[in-house]
Amino acid sequence: MTYFNEMFQDGKTRPPYARLANWTESMPAPLRQMKQAEAEALFRRIGITFAVYGEGGDPDRLIPFDMFPRVFTGQEWSKLERGIKQRARALNAFLLDVYGRGEIVRAGRIPARLVYQNEAYEQAVVGIVPPKGVYSHIVGIDIVRTGPEDFFVLEDNCRTPSGVSYMLENREIMMRMFPDLFRENRIQPVDSYPARLRRTLASVAPAKCKGEPTVVILTPGHFNSAYYEHSFLADLMGIELVEGQDLFVEGEFVWMRTTEGPRRVDVIYRRMDDAYIDPLCFRPDSMLGIPGLMDVYRSGGVSICSAPGAGVADDKAVYTFVPEMVRFYLGEEPILQNVPTWQCGKADDCQYVLENLGDLVVKEVHGSGGYGMLVGPKSTQAQIELFRDKIKADPSNYIAQPTLALSTTPTFVEEGIAPRHVDLRPYCLCGESIDLVPGGLTRVALTDGSLVVNSSQGGGVKDTWVLAE
Amino acid sequence: MLSRTADNLFWIARYMERAETAARLLEVGSRISLIPSAHGYRSEWDSLLQALGARDLFAHKYSEPGQRNIESFLFFDPENASSVSSCVTRARENGRIVRTALTSQVWDALNTAFQELRALERKPRSELDLSLLTDWTMRNSAQVRGAIDATLLRNDGYNFLNIGYYLERADATARLMDVKYYVLLPRVEFVGSGLDNYQWGTLLRAMSAHRAFHWAYGGDITAAKIAHFLILNPQCPRSLITCARGLVNHLDRLAAAYGPRLAAQEQAAALLAGIEGATVEDIFDEGLHEFLTRFIGDAAALGLAIRDAYLTGDVR
Repeated sequence: MTYFNEMFQDGKTRPPYARLANWTESMPAPLRQMKQAEAEALFRRIGITFAVYGEGGDPDRLIPFDMFPRVFTGQEWSKLERGIKQRARALNAFLLDVYGRGEIVRAGRIPARLVYQNEAYEQAVVGIVPPKGVYSHIVGIDIVRTGPEDFFVLEDNCRTPSGVSYMLENREIMMRMFPDLFRENRIQPVDSYPARLRRTLASVAPAKCKGEPTVVILTPGHFNSAYYEHSFLADLMGIELVEGQDLFVEGEFVWMRTTEGPRRVDVIYRRMDDAYIDPLCFRPDSMLGIPGLMDVYRSGGVSICSAPGAGVADDKAVYTFVPEMVRFYLGEEPILQNVPTWQCGKADDCQYVLENLGDLVVKEVHGSGGYGMLVGPKSTQAQIELFRDKIKADPSNYIAQPTLALSTTPTFVEEGIAPRHVDLRPYCLCGESIDLVPGGLTRVALTDGSLVVNSSQGGGVKDTWVLAE
Repeated sequence: MLSRTADNLFWIARYMERAETAARLLEVGSRISLIPSAHGYRSEWDSLLQALGARDLFAHKYSEPGQRNIESFLFFDPENASSVSSCVTRARENGRIVRTALTSQVWDALNTAFQELRALERKPRSELDLSLLTDWTMRNSAQVRGAIDATLLRNDGYNFLNIGYYLERADATARLMDVKYYVLLPRVEFVGSGLDNYQWGTLLRAMSAHRAFHWAYGGDITAAKIAHFLILNPQCPRSLITCARGLVNHLDRLAAAYGPRLAAQEQAAALLAGIEGATVEDIFDEGLHEFLTRFIGDAAALGLAIRDAYLTGDVR
């Protein structure tokens, strides 16, 4: 399989990387190693670390940072931007619809079973119209590239996509270490993200809130692997980082416990799953949530971002229908394409998948983080057989996609510079308006030949540049 | 400010101060055990544990109260909630929870202490003598304290940190004095003896106040002078009056910022008034041990009042 290299094509340097060609030559190995150590020390000092659930070991582990930036031209980006915003609008229209009249189901464009019998479909929020009609306020869309003009959406994240702190810190560190690069290349800034996130959250305050809304971030606590990001965002937005125990319900509002007595909370940017946010409504054993929160939410006393129930739009089986959503709700043709997907729940698809396991990537419908997936061409026969049994036992729990020829970008490795596979996660903000900073998180599979970029599977991150026109 | 944030700041200060107290106690114990045991029927280390209220926990884990075991218990033992290791670990954990309320210098100091502690724990014990451990503790606690004083905004968070420091320090000074007076001296006949004075001197050393004391008082060390120095002298940074004044000051600043004066302010004022109005004679008439016991109780009650007023966030 040949892979599209984003920097070099037919022996020439592609335009976005033109000014980086000399940069690497000006950095001999010793200098590079020194810079790499400096970057690591900076990350460590800031405390930006990532703990992987269930792996034990060092909870303060760093995600490896690769100094070689990933670059888009303004032109490439403007197409991506239109595609991302379009998709985010369609996903929100879908959510509002399926918790309302369900027009898309009535029109027969998506099977009712997929929506209403979906594990992520929340009966508790049926009929609710959240402020501005938005269910998913931060949509993370994972995009891969296979050619100069070929971008595919790998999956959508409508609940609480993480990683945006890396987008911001990667840039911060690159600017500190290589100011010259930023003088030579006209790189669009990303540091307005926290302010724009805050504006988005404030714009969906409930109607009952008069005046400047009080916005908070709700974290499961400091043992959570993304805790650093939660506190980082709270700090940059100048809002409180609260745990469930800091909030309580009284009357028709949610309050937080402060040293000056209770203070009303209008918007909660929650970084925990639906199941945990209210033990009276969802999991009764949740110690992290706020009893009665959903009652206040239903009566319009507080906004929850993303809204409970948003998960039904990012399920891997519903994913197949997103282009359909774009056509149905927006009357437009999708700008970003889906990866062709086989649903093992369908008999024909399942048969095809089982016959071609060696060539496909198989994923669990509800899996995430790169766990529970099979990369056919990179797996042993035993691993393939294991998946064959799993699929047969519960076909509708799996989907399969062709193994994509993921693009590569130059990456610093032990031996020097080598191409490694990358993906991209931009963070689209949806409130009163749809907003997107020019950039995102580029994840890179650091192991030679690996196609899995998840940080929980040993992936790293890069700074992502969008050049000004 | 979130009540939980205030609570964490308060406890960062208490844990760091408590770690220092554990180290100071180690030093008292070790110096006292260096002089020939005149009485012979009671171990100084044992008295120390008794004063800490940790005798049972210690006996449960260790066979006999030798120096090595005491070191393990007071410095390294994670099961002893008051050990240096437990306190530093929890102070750093609390710091991690409220990172946004700390400057990077304060976080650095807390985090460095924690990382160095892990490194100490990996070293063979034969390379770690007691003075190294106590010096390490003092240095790190001073670094945290210094970072707080030098870099932190003078806002409510700063007040909660200081309230934690003063409350813990008041308790520690009172307890250290009580250890000496009530527990260490074997029989009442020894009062005023060479052993008695040696022990008082050790206590001063452990509080890093030996020289200061001589500058301030001169002459022989007597119980009355020490009591004056550690209870009534506002020049001494660890004296009860200094701590009480600090508590009143920082609680008043909170009340000024937040509006209402609460029970905590009144109790702190009463605690201070009780010391400001007293003389050494009054204290010895009441009995030093009785006075200190009463003070420790009042300080604990003040701690509860502070919790109720600010740290739980219950509806008022």
